Amino acid sequence: MVTAPPPRTPADAPERVRVVLAEVARSKTAGHTRTELEEQSQIGEALVRGLVRTQLALSLRLAAVVAVGLGGLPLLFAVAPAVARTRPFGIALPWLLLGVVAYPFLCAVGWAYAYLAERTERDFTALVERPEK
Amino acid sequence: MNPYALPAIVAVTLVTVGIGAYGLRLARTTSDFLVASRMVSPHWNAAAIGGEYLSAASFLGVAGLVLKEGVDMLWYPVGFAAGYLALLLFVAAPLRRSGAFTLPDFCEVRLGSRPLRKLATVFVLFIGWFYLVPQLQGAGLTLQTVTGGPYALGAVLVGVVVTANVALGGMRAITFVQAFQYWLKLTALAVPVFFLVVAWQHDGRPALAPGTTAFSQPTTVELRNDAVLTFTTGTTVDVRGELDGEPTTAAVDLGPGRHTVAAGGTLRFPAGAPVPEVSGVASESGLAWLLPAGANGHGLFATYSLILATFLGTMGLPHVLVRFYTNRDGAAARRTTLVVVALVGAFYLLPTLYGVLGRVYVPQLLMTGQTDAVVLLLPGAALGSGLVGQLLGALVAAGAFAAFLSTSSGLLTSVAGVLSTDVLGRGSVRDFRWAAIVAGLVPLGLALRVSGLDVSQVVGLAFAVAASSFCPLLILGIWWRGLTAAGAAAGIVVGGGASVGAVLFTVILGPGDRGWAGALLAQPAAWTVPLAFAVMVVVSLATRRRVPASVGTTMLRLHAPDALGL
Repeated sequence: MVTAPPPRTPADAPERVRVVLAEVARSKTAGHTRTELEEQSQIGEALVRGLVRTQLALSLRLAAVVAVGLGGLPLLFAVAPAVARTRPFGIALPWLLLGVVAYPFLCAVGWAYAYLAERTERDFTALVERPEK
Repeated sequence: MNPYALPAIVAVTLVTVGIGAYGLRLARTTSDFLVASRMVSPHWNAAAIGGEYLSAASFLGVAGLVLKEGVDMLWYPVGFAAGYLALLLFVAAPLRRSGAFTLPDFCEVRLGSRPLRKLATVFVLFIGWFYLVPQLQGAGLTLQTVTGGPYALGAVLVGVVVTANVALGGMRAITFVQAFQYWLKLTALAVPVFFLVVAWQHDGRPALAPGTTAFSQPTTVELRNDAVLTFTTGTTVDVRGELDGEPTTAAVDLGPGRHTVAAGGTLRFPAGAPVPEVSGVASESGLAWLLPAGANGHGLFATYSLILATFLGTMGLPHVLVRFYTNRDGAAARRTTLVVVALVGAFYLLPTLYGVLGRVYVPQLLMTGQTDAVVLLLPGAALGSGLVGQLLGALVAAGAFAAFLSTSSGLLTSVAGVLSTDVLGRGSVRDFRWAAIVAGLVPLGLALRVSGLDVSQVVGLAFAVAASSFCPLLILGIWWRGLTAAGAAAGIVVGGGASVGAVLFTVILGPGDRGWAGALLAQPAAWTVPLAFAVMVVVSLATRRRVPASVGTTMLRLHAPDALGL
């Protein structure tokens, strides 16, 4: 995955920009990659396939974290009943994990996903909007 | 009877109607009416989604199941919350960008097939109605429990209020109503929990998982059906009714062993008496309640099936997807879903405590089998019949009503949306109003005829059907170019059909201990979800020449970052 410095988001305060005519003229040719996307050329399609693959891989990785972290519990309790009988903080471990810990865990995974997915999208946007040299 | 409960319920209902009327003045165009003109901010939207999602099953059912069956039932709330994580990971942003308002819309956008759209409509109606019936039943049960009124009254009240509100106010009204109701529901469980825990401390922290459950105070239990009671130790019980075949109205020493009591009999137990086991009312006790199901095969299978159904079923529920259209763009949909995971998770910390404290304060529910009422009865039982107990009891009843009103509003909006665009008319405001009335009457009729279903388990079965039909459609449709309309239809028919069959079998014959066959039918998701995925993939590969030509454009639209504006 390419890591680029995060570009300015619309939420940032608008900054006074000096407009130079020559730059405006150059930016007309800058939409080249965008045209590749819109016209579904081979390059455009390869770009979209790459984006979909990256995002799907991210989703599957985080789903695997949940599948192991939560989905492994019934098996763990069945295979090693002694684990289920431990009582950290005076609460039986299964109750503590399923009644309390599971929820912050889900939030943390969700937060990590939103952060990483947005980063992928920023990278992709930067790639598409990069001015042609 | 609690004198404050009925005014509280009426107040919640009036506020719901009032906010609906306020929204009505704002609803001008069809677009306003159906999707709130997409001006809803992520936090409002997330609270509205949470308010819509936390149904009778969450508010009443989870605590009841925990009371009755213990730690294994915690997978219900964990799964209900994790379902939104699955939605966030695989569906939220692309679905919003697809512009689809309902599941049938998604079929048309992605695969361009009218027959598939019709098929999806049938499943939306089935899941929506199947999910509405237990909401109305929960309303009937609540009104019956807190006011002693007839069961039908609560069901009709909620059914009519919701139908009128949806038909007149549409979605904008509903967004405000739902957001308000999330916070009401959270408050209605959180405030009493504080008092309940203080009361429990004050009572000397009675053990939450004693070897045998005992009555903490003198308790009168009325048996509605003939019952065989099994006592482990001798107990003196004040009996009024037919005991072991003889009419009795006296305090009787009941020795250890089995005793029969005829329907209508009342038993008054002294404080400290152990709770007898009642035939036909299944519940776990002692270590079986405290610890997870052992390594016996079908118990573990049922747990994993439940996990699969709830984790993957949420995305396929009709009233959940409609909400995503009210986000501004894909990124907003993602942020909204993340907030929903947090809001829903915060709520689910509470019902568990009600279920656990219910073992101490209302064990008689284990005898009558009405465990769904634990949330409603616990404040009065633990805090006594003083003002505090009554006010908190009224608060909980109001929260329960908020749960029925909001979930049924959301379901009805989406069912009516699908009906008005795909079955009855062409999606005008007028069509939508008629569709809302039709969509509301069907489940009301069903809820009045069947009152014996268990709220949470019925909802769990609706999740299983959604997970086996729409979940594969959404995941494969969003991430796999090779999906064809024929493949999608085959997967929905086989996977969805198999789970519907299992659901109807379970509902008609009732849950029973039938070993492996029972587990496969009562919790079908573990085999129907993989089946649906497999059929969808295999048939799509076999018909790969019919992959829509527009798939490249669709994929670009679903996945291109919003900032590009493509």
